[in-house]
Amino acid sequence: MAENKGVLIFCETKEGKLAAIATELLGCGRKLADDLGQELSAVLVGSGVSELAKEAIAYGADKVYVVDDPQLKDYQTDSYVSVMEKVVGQAAPRILLLGQTSLGRDLAPRLAFRFKTAASLGCLELAIDPQSKLLLQTKPVYGGNAQAVFTTDSFPQIATVRAKTMTPLEPDPSRKGEVVKVEAGLDPSAVRTKVLEKVAEKITGIKLEDAEVIVCGGRGIGGAEGFAQLEELAKLLKGAVGATRPPCDNEWVPAGAQIGLTGKIVAPELYIAIALSGSSQHMSGCSGSKTIVAINKDPEANIFREARFGLVGDWKKALPAFTEKLKELLAG
Amino acid sequence: MNMIVCIKQVIDPEAPPASFKIDPVGNKVVPPQGVSPVIDPYAEYGVEAALKIKDAQGGKVTAVSLGANQLRDIVKKPLAMGADELILLEDEAFDGGDSWSTAYALAMAIKKIGEYDIIFCGREASDWNAGQVGSGIAEILGLPSVTLVKKIEPAGGKAKLERVTDEGYEVVEVSLPCLITVSNEIGEPRYPTIKGIMGAKKKEPVVWKPADIGVEASQIGAQGRHIKLQKLFQPAREGKCEMVAGESPEEAGANLAAKLREVKVL
Ligand SMILES: Cc1cc2nc3c(=O)[nH]c(=O)nc-3n(C[C@H](O)[C@H](O)[C@H](O)COP(=O)(O)OP(=O)(O)OC[C@H]3O[C@@H](n4cnc5c(N)ncnc54)[C@H](O)[C@@H]3O)c2cc1C
Ligand SMILES: Nc1ncnc2c1ncn2[C@@H]1O[C@H](COP(=O)(O)O)[C@@H](O)[C@H]1O
Repeated sequence: MAENKGVLIFCETKEGKLAAIATELLGCGRKLADDLGQELSAVLVGSGVSELAKEAIAYGADKVYVVDDPQLKDYQTDSYVSVMEKVVGQAAPRILLLGQTSLGRDLAPRLAFRFKTAASLGCLELAIDPQSKLLLQTKPVYGGNAQAVFTTDSFPQIATVRAKTMTPLEPDPSRKGEVVKVEAGLDPSAVRTKVLEKVAEKITGIKLEDAEVIVCGGRGIGGAEGFAQLEELAKLLKGAVGATRPPCDNEWVPAGAQIGLTGKIVAPELYIAIALSGSSQHMSGCSGSKTIVAINKDPEANIFREARFGLVGDWKKALPAFTEKLKELLAG
Repeated sequence: MNMIVCIKQVIDPEAPPASFKIDPVGNKVVPPQGVSPVIDPYAEYGVEAALKIKDAQGGKVTAVSLGANQLRDIVKKPLAMGADELILLEDEAFDGGDSWSTAYALAMAIKKIGEYDIIFCGREASDWNAGQVGSGIAEILGLPSVTLVKKIEPAGGKAKLERVTDEGYEVVEVSLPCLITVSNEIGEPRYPTIKGIMGAKKKEPVVWKPADIGVEASQIGAQGRHIKLQKLFQPAREGKCEMVAGESPEEAGANLAAKLREVKVL
């Protein structure tokens, strides 16, 4: 095999545009490619995605591989692994980056095993080791209790990156780049799954990922009625309501409200954590918040090791007074 | 329906974060004192997923666990919950592996078991949060895989699955045999019954060594790794929480609001 060179970014798309994670990855990939003195490429896979090549170039790509085929409309493991095997074979990158999304979590490991290499999933930081020139892959382990730095010496080095950990470049529409079309060449009989239906969770109000203020409730909220009070506070602060896993498992809130290692990653200006203990798995989804405020009846709760401001007490008593007082202050 | 569930013994992820310690020199986790290990929670959701199918349409559930020094009381939990067999890949040579060496050994063990319709793994283990062994086994065995699954309905050589996505979920049909990684939305794992616990006590696991599954020591455990751990560390915490008090919780609540306003957080 020819020498592996450069950085390749798998660009996810959303509603006919590059997904936010794709622009973040391009920002990070540009830096890594420059450190290596090599090219940054992007790959677009899907149906009707060709138009987005320009956008990927504006965000930093030197070259964009486009696999545009109606059969690639929905993500399916077999079809996407097959086309990515082809693209990776052609591009022979040193590094392949994907987002830590429901797609990336599925595609990255399967692709890694196909290339007899291993991936690091959910990285927070990526850098080139000055000596070995290998990719230093930093990710949370043990639910966020620790972080590990991994390297692989088989190529491509594959990693997925968590949302909001990398910064996109300012798009430059005048940047020039090369677009390479790749035929999907799929054998439909080799695709062993079929997507029957896609169900999007209904979101009213501000999306968690976009909210500047998040009011997050834990097991101690006790039920859906409790969450209605959190909703009231969130509305007042023009924020969104999130939850730890137990409220989602108990269906007090929709599953999409879960924040953490296996839920959403958020980094708002203000994170109000109510009746949650601050498990490492939860904190790993919100520790990037600017200010964390905690209400918990247990003074020993771990959340007080993470918070900037804390209140020890029963939320049922403290929260209504907190909300009332805020209303007053915000009005005045 | 023949089902195989891959389970793993891990240190309890619900132990208080303050009890978590590492040995930075050896790049190792120091198991917390007095906290018993558990079955990896997502793998336990996998056991539950298999047992749900067994309840509905019958079948056989075999649990497979790889590691050194597995405590029988811990790894027998799937049997106590209702699984039929337990196979342990237990040998020093299996120790210290990564996703690659683990998936390889498990895949070879599954090959030896031979008969299966669905293989279950957790979406990610609670220790290294690698999230790869399931997909790896599928790739090595050439099986279709569906990850992050929250509902399973097998029928007529196929299964209809619900897969969690960033937007909600999708309904996917897959041909059997296949590999499924399970998410917590599948539903809380059942508690073992007294009868189950008694039954599990009497049942001895089958232990396989590397030679039993036809693998070389160089392909498994620490020697078979594809990824190297350069460094393990605990991120520093600033840890200065300012406590806001009051005569009553209500007053404390109002004071907290005033405080946030005062420091211009709001
Ligand atoms: C691999 C893995 C991945 C995971 N991923 C996630 C994830 O993405 N997100 C997530 O959240 N969890 C995740 N978990 C689960 C996680 O380990 C914890 O179990 C969970 O976060 C605990 O939620 P909690 O803090 O709401 O509940 P608890 O830990 O039970 O805490 C409840 C808190 O509420 C307080 N409380 C109770 N009543 C009141 C009251 N009236 N007033 C004030 N305070 C009160 C209690 O003092 C306690 O501190 C994961 C676990 C594993 C193993
Ligand atoms: N040593 C092991 N023995 C058996 N199953 C395992 C082992 N390691 C991982 N698994 C399975 O693979 C899942 C994902 O693990 P990982 O890829 O390590 O995050 C776990 O939830 C288990 O179902």
